[in-house]
This record gives sequence, C-alpha cells and structure tokens, in this order.
Amino acid sequence: MTTPPPEPVLALEHAQKSFGAVHALEDGDIRLHAGEVHGLVGENGAGKSTLVKILAGVHRPDAGRLLLDGEEAIFDNAKQSQAAGIAIIFQEPTLFPDLSVAENIFVGMQPLKRFRRIDGRRMRREAAAVFEQLGVRLDPDRLARGLSIADQQLVEIAKALTTNARVIVMDEPTAALTATEVDRLFGIVETLRSRGNAVLFVSHRLEEIFGICQRVTVMRDGRHVLTEPIERLTIQSVIRAMVGRDMDALFPKVPAEAGRVVLKVERLTREGVFTDVSFVVRSGEIVALAGLVGAGRTEIARAIFGIDRWDAGSVEIDGRRLPPGSPTAAMAAGIGLVPEDRRQQGLVMDLSIERNIALASLDAVRRGGLIPRGAERRFARDWALRLRLKYGKLTNPVWTLSGGNQQKAVLAKWLARKPTLLIVDEPTRGIDVGTKAEVHRLLSELAAQGVAVLMISSELPEVLGMADRIVVLFEGRVMREFERADATEDAIMHAATGMIEAAA
Amino acid sequence: MTTLAEEQQVVAPRASTHTIAELVFRFRELGIVLALAIVVVATTIDNHRFLSSESVKNLLSSAAIIALLAIGETIVIITRNVDLSIGSVLGISAYAAGVLYQHHPHVSIVLVFLLALGIGAACGVVNGAVVTVARVPSLVVTLGTLYVIRGVDGAWAGGNQVNASMLPTSFNRIGYGTVAGVPYLGIIAIVAVAIATYAMRSFRTARDFYAIGSDPEAARLAGIPVGSRVFLAFVLSGSIAGLSGAVWLSYYGSVDAIAGVGYEFQVIAAVVVGGVAIFGGSGTILGAALGALLLNTINSALVVVNVSSFWSSAVSGALLVGAIAFDRLVAVRLAPALRRRRRARV
Repeated sequence: MTTPPPEPVLALEHAQKSFGAVHALEDGDIRLHAGEVHGLVGENGAGKSTLVKILAGVHRPDAGRLLLDGEEAIFDNAKQSQAAGIAIIFQEPTLFPDLSVAENIFVGMQPLKRFRRIDGRRMRREAAAVFEQLGVRLDPDRLARGLSIADQQLVEIAKALTTNARVIVMDEPTAALTATEVDRLFGIVETLRSRGNAVLFVSHRLEEIFGICQRVTVMRDGRHVLTEPIERLTIQSVIRAMVGRDMDALFPKVPAEAGRVVLKVERLTREGVFTDVSFVVRSGEIVALAGLVGAGRTEIARAIFGIDRWDAGSVEIDGRRLPPGSPTAAMAAGIGLVPEDRRQQGLVMDLSIERNIALASLDAVRRGGLIPRGAERRFARDWALRLRLKYGKLTNPVWTLSGGNQQKAVLAKWLARKPTLLIVDEPTRGIDVGTKAEVHRLLSELAAQGVAVLMISSELPEVLGMADRIVVLFEGRVMREFERADATEDAIMHAATGMIEAAA
Repeated sequence: MTTLAEEQQVVAPRASTHTIAELVFRFRELGIVLALAIVVVATTIDNHRFLSSESVKNLLSSAAIIALLAIGETIVIITRNVDLSIGSVLGISAYAAGVLYQHHPHVSIVLVFLLALGIGAACGVVNGAVVTVARVPSLVVTLGTLYVIRGVDGAWAGGNQVNASMLPTSFNRIGYGTVAGVPYLGIIAIVAVAIATYAMRSFRTARDFYAIGSDPEAARLAGIPVGSRVFLAFVLSGSIAGLSGAVWLSYYGSVDAIAGVGYEFQVIAAVVVGGVAIFGGSGTILGAALGALLLNTINSALVVVNVSSFWSSAVSGALLVGAIAFDRLVAVRLAPALRRRRRARV
C-alpha cells in the first residue's frame, strides 16, 4: 500500500447473494472513493452485475454490509439508493421510449410548481442546462424513442447529474458505442471525476479500464480477487486474476489453407444502406468485415442471409446464385448466421436449451411429421458436449445460461447444420474472456476444417488476431481490403473513418 | 477530433424527427376532428335532420357516457394493462343506485352517487389487487371480474327492473336536462375530460402511468412504485365506471341486469381509435374522448342515412383495425427516417 486511501464514499463489504441454489455473489467487496474512477472487471458470471444491482437497491444482499460515508445503510429499493446519491447507468439504458428526453431525466422528481403540478418549462430549461454542462446537444423535447445507445446513456448521465449523485456506476457503458462515442463518454467520465464524483466503471474491455481508471477490482466466481491501483497492474496480470490462469494468446491463430471460393459477393447494393460491395470468402478462410457501427457490416450479412433484399448485384455460394430475400434458400445453400443480438435474434429465450440447439436442424431430427423428443435431446446433447456448453439441464430455458454459453448455444445450432459458410456477427460481444478464447478457438478450428467464415467484429484486436483477410467498410462502401500481414490497427482505423489517403 | 462539427450535423435531423413524431401525434387528434366533420357534413347533406337539436342532444349524451368510461380505461391502458370489467361495474352500480331509490325514494342524490362510486371503487380494488399482488395479467383478471360482477348483478336483480317512475325527477333531470341546448351529460363529460387531460399532463403520478406503460422494468429501476400506481389506475377506472353507472341510470331512466353489457369493447375501441397505444405508454384522454364521440357519431349517422344497425358495429370494428394499422404504418414509416438519422452519425 502506498498512501492509505481516504474514507470511501460507498463501500460494500463481504456481500453475499443467492438466487435459489445459485450463489451469484459469495464475497462482493468494493470501496469507491470520491474523485476516483474505479474499474470493475471479471468474466461473465463473476458477480459484477449482482454487485451493481445491490448498489442500485434492486437486490438486497443476504449477508454483508453496505457503508455510505462509513455509516451502515440498507437499500430496500431503487428509490432509496437514488436518494443516497447513487446513480446507475445500466448496460442497456432503461429509458422510457414514449416520454420526452427531459421527462426521462426527471422521472419521479420533476420540478413542481403550485398545487404539485409539474413545472414543464423549468424541467426543459434544467435539462438543457445539464446537456450544456456535458457539452452535448440533445433536444430535451424529443421523444426518447429512436435515440442511439450512446445518446440514451447521455440521458442517464444527465439524470445522474440532476440528482446530484455522488456515486455514478456505469455497467458496461461502452459495449455498443462507436469509437467517437467512447471518446466522448471518456471525456464526460473525466469531468465527473474531476468534480469529485466517485465513478464505478464496469467493462470487459481492458484497454478502456487501463485508459481511465485509477483503481481496479477484479472478481472471479462471485468473489473479490484483488483491488489495486492501476499502476501496479498490467493487462496480463488482470487477465490472470480474472481467469485464474495465464492466457498466452487471446486469439489463437491456426494457419488456414484457403481453398475454393465459397462466397462471392459482387457489386451488392441496397439503396441507402450499402453500395457496390464486392468480396469473396474461400473455404478455410476467416474474412472479417471491419468498420464503425453503422458502416453497413451487419446489413450486408443480413442481405447475404436473405433477411433483407438487395437492389442490385449478386451473391453466389459455390458458384450458384442465391435468390434475394430468402433465408430458406440461404440455409439450403449452406449458410449459417450467428446474429449480433443473440437475445432477440439468435435464440428463443423462453424455449429450452435442447430445442434451441435443434431448432435449425429439425429436418435431420424428425421422423415423418413428428419430432421425437428423445432424438431431439440426443442431438442437442451431442452438440452441447462438442462445444463444451455449461448448462444445468437441457430442458432449462436458454435464458438460464450465461452470456457466453448462450452464444455457444447459437453456434451449436448452426454448426449442427454443417454449414459451408458461417457468418458470425460480433461473436464475442458481452462474453467473458475465457469463453471468448473458446469461441475464437472454435472459429479457427472450423476454418481449418474447410468452412468459410465471415466475421463481423468491432474489436480490432479480435479482427487482427483472427482474420486472414480484412474488408474495411465505410458508409456502406468497401474502403480497403487487407491481407493479414499488411493489416495494422492504425491502417484499419484510417480506412474505417474514411481517411483512405492518409492510410495509403 | 471534429466532435463539435459532428454534433452540429446531428442536431438538425434530430430536431426534424422530433417534429415528425410531434406532428403525427397532433395529427391524430386533428384527424379525428376532421373525420368527425366529414361524417357530420356528409350525413347532414343526406338528411338535414341529423343536426337537429334533439338528435345532437342524444348523440352528445350517449357519447358522454362512453367518454367518461374512456377516461378510466385510458389510464389503465396507458399503464400497459386493460380493464374489461367496466361494463359490468357500470351495470351493477347503476342497478344499486336504482334499488336505493326504489327503497328510499327521498334519499339525497349525493348519497346515490357516493354509493355508485363506492361500488365501482370496490370493484377496482379487487381488480387492482389481483393484478398487482397476485401478478395475474389484467386481461385475464378483468375478463374474470367482467363475468363475476355481471353474474352477481344478475343474481341480485333477477327479473327485477327499476323504472323511471321510481326515480325522483331531480335525478332524471341530470340525464335529460340541458343548458342552452347542451345536455348536462355533455357538459359533465367535457369538464371531466378537460380536467383529466390536464391532470395526466401535470402530475407526477400521472407521468408515472406513462412511464410504467412505456417500460415497466425501467420504471421499477427508476424507483417508481409500479405496483401501487397500477393499483391506483384500476381503482380510478373502477370508480369512474361506478360513477358512470349512476349517470347511465339518470339518462336511461330504467335499469335491469343487463345494463352496460358490451360497453367495455365500445370504450376500448374508442380509446384505441383515439390514439392511445394499446401496449401502453402514449395517448391522451382528449384523444380517447374524441374517439368516443367519433364512433358514436358514426353510429348515429348510419341510422340517419338508413343503414342497418348491424353495419354500425362492422364500421366500428373496421375503424378499430384501421386505427391500429395506421399506428403501425406510421411506426414503419418513421423507421427509415430514424435509420437515416443514425447513419448521419457515423
């Protein structure tokens, strides 16, 4: 210990929380100091979210103490936590789409005039003032519906500021932001810190943690592992603490023999979305579509899979043209799509694990017009085993799985069809480091077996580590194509931001 | 970086999306007024008696009761719930008011209304408690209480009917009296709708209703007492239905066990046609009341132009589907605008 830190503003000591038989948190421990950004890292299922929810007053700990300015405090609900000066910015911002931005900021604490009527004018004025303070422009009168995730977070931060929150907890705030938006957010976090707020910053992205935090807490399996000032840590030592073992390579590289052309996309255009996109993916290759959020990556994947129609151009699989707008044809041609949003698009959350896995392969499982449950289960168990899925019972609904295992279930669903082309959209978003490495290994093995893989990722290290070739998109157009050897983080970022000359 | 320049780029489209949404919103209420005007003018051209004072009076009075019920129903629907029991609640409180007069002809009017209010509130308490404490979906709960209350009403009333002759003139006058040609009922409804519309805009509790309907989970995280607000919404809806029962009795003058059968669907149709989102979160009481007026006007118009009354329910249904389809269409149409705006950010 260098200098003993001053009294924490908010501290949670030895907190425990169980949900039925599941011990979500066995020893939650965190101390937040004024004027400090505190990073919290850990794999999925390490208990970070549970800890955050205890601070938010959503869950009550079964054991342990919550200290506010050194005094023991108990939060029975979100309101009490708010009243104590704690503001939470959740991973998925919880705004009211039908209410205006100003109303969202002041919900439940609108300024009042006579007879307890809401003072709408003052509300709008104060909202505008907070946005000014944050240096952003948002119209307080517009509805929250349609705001980007980044703007939704700004509304939440504005809310925290108007309540004069002293402690601001951000639960994976950067998961869905573009690079520019992340920069803006970091600027705001820095402002909050310099104003003397305590900030808890939960993130999977270690570069970010090392970029803005002064102190870091690592959790593993519901337990506090370490808390150290950032100077005394390295990315490697944090990863070691998170997974409990050394990870020499996050991105295993299996050399791939590029074979025949599997996917050929030629001059593909969807009006106003992407234009003149051409590239090929060979068997045994991993090709990454890189670019900023909104560059058209996901949209191209959706078009190839037949979810959206294209207006011009062609898509060929093994030399045969696909009809536009038919996922059925795409699947018959051997394409699998692991979508970006697994909760909404990848899985049927309330359906059991086995049914989700077998969902795309019912033709292989069925006997006549019926689906024997035993066959379905054997099929699912086989694939669950191959992907090392961690589950309780195959009949449990798929939402009981952790994020990483949910992603494995989606992968299992498609791998079971033995695809010739697998499209994976942000395959490791919101997944813990351990599972992430497994997913990477899996993709790499698939390629080695001759599957063509088209990968979309916003994480440059992932792109650089995994892809044999990288197609960089900017505003719906292909800016550049890199061979693995020529690709650097800088060059990709240049192309992705449209600054092609600078890169050349 | 060029953050500032980017920000400025973003502002303009944002403002315009806002205006589009705002316009659509306004357009809904204006649209209903326009539709009303078209129906009235067209019917009057066909048969000028449509605008006779007697016919306008009847129209306003019957629309008034639906509009009153729509106030409560709107509140419940805004919280992403539904109250199907209002027709039965109206029926039983109307019958109770009638029976009170039957046995105590000189009882004070205030007491009669208090009784109707009390019965309605009690029904609302039951609905609200089962929905919020037992966490049963309101569709199921109120479908159940619709039949339970109607059943109790039927068992209680048997074949009995309370007639206008058993009711004091002062009470009946509420139903048919007019001020300068405008029926009392119309005035009552207009005042109630005006107050409720203003209240829904101006009080925290009311804004909580919108927040809950917009996203119940977010409302919980924002510290809104979701349970007690939803409970309150049902009590308000029940109370209003109870009061409407007394009003109904004063207008129709007689009551038996089938008073108000099927009103819930007329009211929900009016609310939805009036632009209240069936999945909660948005809409105004003014809109719902205008929806009630429009549907009633169309019904009367069809009678005036000699269209079989069977058609009137078909028309109401078509309007209902049309209104929801319109909302979807607007949402779908707005989506590309939102998409373009997002593209502008990159």
